[in-house]
Amino acid sequence: MNLPAWTADQPLISIKDVHKSFGDLEVLKGISLDVMKGEVICIIGPSGSGKSTLIRCINALIDIQAGSITVEGQQVHDANLDKLELRQKVGMVFQQYNLFPHKTALENIMMAPVVVLKENQQEVETRARKLIKKVRLEGKEDSYPGELSGGQQQRVAIARSLAMRPDVMLFDEVTAALDPETVKEVLVTIKELAADGMTCILVTHEMGFAREIADHIYFTDRGVIVEHGPPATFFDDAKDPRTKEFLGQIL
Amino acid sequence: MDVIWEFFRWLYDTQGINLTIFYDDLDRARFLKGIWTTIHLSIVAIVISLMIGVAGAWLQMSKMIWLRNIVQGYIQFFRNTPPLIQLYFFYFAVDATLSSVLGIKGGVLDGYGWAVVSLSFFAGAFNVEIFRAGVEAVPQSTVEAAEALGYNRLQVYRYVTLPLAFRVCLPALNNNLINLLKTTTVAYAIAVPETIYVANQIWSDEYNVLEMMNVVWVIYISLVGFLVWLMHKWEKSLKVPGFGQ
Ligand SMILES: Nc1ncnc2c1ncn2[C@@H]1O[C@H](COP(=O)(O)OP(=O)(O)OP(=O)(O)O)[C@@H](O)[C@H]1O
Ligand SMILES: [Mg+2]
Repeated sequence: MNLPAWTADQPLISIKDVHKSFGDLEVLKGISLDVMKGEVICIIGPSGSGKSTLIRCINALIDIQAGSITVEGQQVHDANLDKLELRQKVGMVFQQYNLFPHKTALENIMMAPVVVLKENQQEVETRARKLIKKVRLEGKEDSYPGELSGGQQQRVAIARSLAMRPDVMLFDEVTAALDPETVKEVLVTIKELAADGMTCILVTHEMGFAREIADHIYFTDRGVIVEHGPPATFFDDAKDPRTKEFLGQIL
Repeated sequence: MDVIWEFFRWLYDTQGINLTIFYDDLDRARFLKGIWTTIHLSIVAIVISLMIGVAGAWLQMSKMIWLRNIVQGYIQFFRNTPPLIQLYFFYFAVDATLSSVLGIKGGVLDGYGWAVVSLSFFAGAFNVEIFRAGVEAVPQSTVEAAEALGYNRLQVYRYVTLPLAFRVCLPALNNNLINLLKTTTVAYAIAVPETIYVANQIWSDEYNVLEMMNVVWVIYISLVGFLVWLMHKWEKSLKVPGFGQ
């Protein structure tokens, strides 16, 4: 089946009525949302509401039972999906950084383009050094993850994703494991990325940050999107009692 | 050379300690050849058993149950039977069967060849288990990060899981490879001229069992010592800050 080519005026990511269960536990109960190119959206919600599950579906780390997800017009849960093509487009950063502990910062960044995309080693290295600079880690090229602070590791992880030149970045509570002092340096990095026009989907508990950076906020609870809107309306004018209660606890 | 020759002649003449391997050219030559055979056999079997371990641990992650069952059957068979019987099985039964099936006269492989095969399978079975334990110790989240970067299953194994698994399982691997080196002595039973086999020839000819027994101890302690030293160097070179320990 040949879909009409995706163009930038269509949603870069389109999620339609997605359902996902783990055994008897239905975690996503019909989620729909669209993300346009260059948009930054934040997903917030209580623990266990399915935020991580949702963003893991977007790059096919987990499959779904019903509904559809497209990335640049490509069906994510299609048996003939070219996973490499999808994952090259969709970068992902995790709460626990998950760097490769046996590789230096620079090698962590270079490995996927060289191994997976079979790109030229020298070109990749040039790009990787630029990325190290971009995330403000000059001088740490040859450090192993075990020699870096959490915030530094997380910035290496961001650079590692960017090295694949993705069109969209998924961030799953990337500051949740960090000390308060180092949270800021990671948020600055993300903010700069967003300012450069990177499409971002962030799961976060940093409400101030969400308000500042997001074009649109989605609040999820027990597998559904309860309420969504631009930050100003969402934070100051929440309608749903569940949203109000959640914001009341957090703010 | 003459000094050595004189010394060991003198040792024999005055003390009765007869180390022919130091002053008799024939004995020295066959003994050195025996040691070399042990070393050679060990190296080849270590390399092949490592390849079996790496491949077997990969197959054990397969989604196909029958494939995992075959690997499991292989492991159980070679772990739970004596290596000497495995060697006899290959050398006598498998060789004869293969020769008649393939119509080859005089056997498919010689004793040395079957010793390599048998010992590799023997140590390989343990290596599969050892690597699998190492693979299981690699956090799923690290594997997931590689998948999210587009690595396929083989690439994840080759570049992430295996290098980390190696670091975790080196102590166990160490033990198994030492065990393999020691087990090469079973090749004696099918007349592969390794260290014990030639030592036996020498002491039968020269009636110096006690002397040769002591020499053999020293040889094996040195060989195992060298292997341990090598593995430690390897372990050190693989050490990465903040991982393992
Ligand atoms: N692989 C899995 N197998 C079974 N259950 C799972 C699995 N992954 C997640 N779940 C369950 O799905 C539910 C939603 O999990 P998810 O991780 O998506 O929540 P979350 O919104 O990201 O929460 P948190 O804010 O704590 O990260 C939880 O109840 C969790 O226990
Ligand atoms: Mg989560």
